[in-house]
Amino acid sequence: MREKKRTKRKQKVSRDWTKLKLVVCGALVLAILLTAVLAPYITPYDPYEQDLGKALLVPCREYLLGTDRYGRDMLSRVIMGARTSVFSAVFLVLIITVTGSMAGTVCGYHGGKLDTFLMRVSDVFLAFPGMVFAIAAASVLKGGLFGAVAALALISWPKYARIVRSQVMSIKNAPYIEAARLAGSGTGKIILKHMIPNIAGPVITTAVLDIGTMMMEIAGLSFLGLGAMPPAAEWGSMMSSGRSMLQTSPWVILAPGCAIFLTVMVFNLLGDTVRDLLDPRQRKKEELPL
Amino acid sequence: MEKILEVKNLRKTFYKSRSLFPAVEDVSFHLMRGECLGLVGESGCGKSTTARLIAGLLEPDRGSVRLEGEEILGLKGKKKQAVYTKLQMVFQTPQDSFDPRWTLGDGIMESMRNRGMKKDQARERMYRLLEQVELDRSFGERYPHEVSGGECQRAAIARALAVDPRLVICDEATSALDVTVQAQIVELLKRLQKERKLSLLFICHDLALVQHMCQRVLVMYQGKIIEQGTPDEVIQHPREAYTRTLVDSVL
Repeated sequence: MREKKRTKRKQKVSRDWTKLKLVVCGALVLAILLTAVLAPYITPYDPYEQDLGKALLVPCREYLLGTDRYGRDMLSRVIMGARTSVFSAVFLVLIITVTGSMAGTVCGYHGGKLDTFLMRVSDVFLAFPGMVFAIAAASVLKGGLFGAVAALALISWPKYARIVRSQVMSIKNAPYIEAARLAGSGTGKIILKHMIPNIAGPVITTAVLDIGTMMMEIAGLSFLGLGAMPPAAEWGSMMSSGRSMLQTSPWVILAPGCAIFLTVMVFNLLGDTVRDLLDPRQRKKEELPL
Repeated sequence: MEKILEVKNLRKTFYKSRSLFPAVEDVSFHLMRGECLGLVGESGCGKSTTARLIAGLLEPDRGSVRLEGEEILGLKGKKKQAVYTKLQMVFQTPQDSFDPRWTLGDGIMESMRNRGMKKDQARERMYRLLEQVELDRSFGERYPHEVSGGECQRAAIARALAVDPRLVICDEATSALDVTVQAQIVELLKRLQKERKLSLLFICHDLALVQHMCQRVLVMYQGKIIEQGTPDEVIQHPREAYTRTLVDSVL
């Protein structure tokens, strides 16, 4: 009895801790999103205005993060970059989640030749390191931010298709799905009302965790010159242009670098927390319904 | 008395580790209106497959199933959904047969809502059904993992009755429950069958239970029906060797 009480209390503490983490991470993510949305209004200077007289200033009171080699304010550019990076990453994850899930549902539910075909295609994508494929695809699409996002979308959907397919297959023949069929629900209704709510957990977790990863990959492609083009304020391309001055004026590369690091970490933490919350083993019985 | 269900030459073969495995072979039988027909046999003999074939949850290789004189195999879409107003099923594992994210009440109301019943009306009817299976109204708001197996199976019976079916297939409906609860569920089914003049296809592996419930019994072995008759006949004078071992293993 006592033992039971103790484990119960332990569970409660760990849940409270998870909820606190969710609130903190949620607030941080919200702050980043707000920065991204309000970027043009909160930058202290015009992020694109060049003033060669003020080139490569060390961080000071007027220019908190210094200036780059064209005399543009780094803080303003980092804030503007949040918009590009966050929006493109969220947009990208949205696309791959929706397309991947749709492909996975069709494959898992119907099976047959279409399933075999789509899964072999996804095998091809999963067999190679993602970045290699992304570089190739982005080069074919002639670079640009849109090209980078499209290239990453092309190579990243199979992960979601795989997850959703296996989930759909595992619950397709569950008695409650058969019961729904006996209640006269059609296929569409069964998928929308019974299947999707029951398989959404792992998909949402993966999607939130992927926002950070995708942000890194977009920045990586931009760093290689296959994503956003100068003078656009984008963290990856900003790092790329600051690389040559790493020895003499490190703030030019450190500012966007830290921004990427912090943002990715915050999104990953949120993803972790969401996973903890949606994990059925951590969930207490009465808290099951979402 | 007329036949409510007539099954003829039903056959289903599965692919099992690259070889053919005949799960159901030329099964034919019939069920009278208001009758309770038992279907017994060991695990893997094809009882559940037969039930799922009749309910249209599996496609048979061939055969015919007539419900009140109408062929119900091979129907699609709306026509198939119409069959489910006459035929319902109670599953073996009560908790798994309700969506874990839906309340029991929503599960019971699903069929009514699918037939265009208003929400308030459906809710009233759901409460009445819960009363009929001797459950409190509050069970309508509970989730499947919050209730016991017996309570959940009562809710599943209420769900099956929601459309006023003529025929209910009980696929080992009592096997997952402990003995006392099992007895209660059996009594409930018996009472409801009498009140509503239901026809029951009672799938089970417990001969004693079948003797208590059913007017007639079919013995299934390796996908075939090998013996049929009243429970007393089958138990006291088994003709086939397998039936004898089945009887011996129980008594």
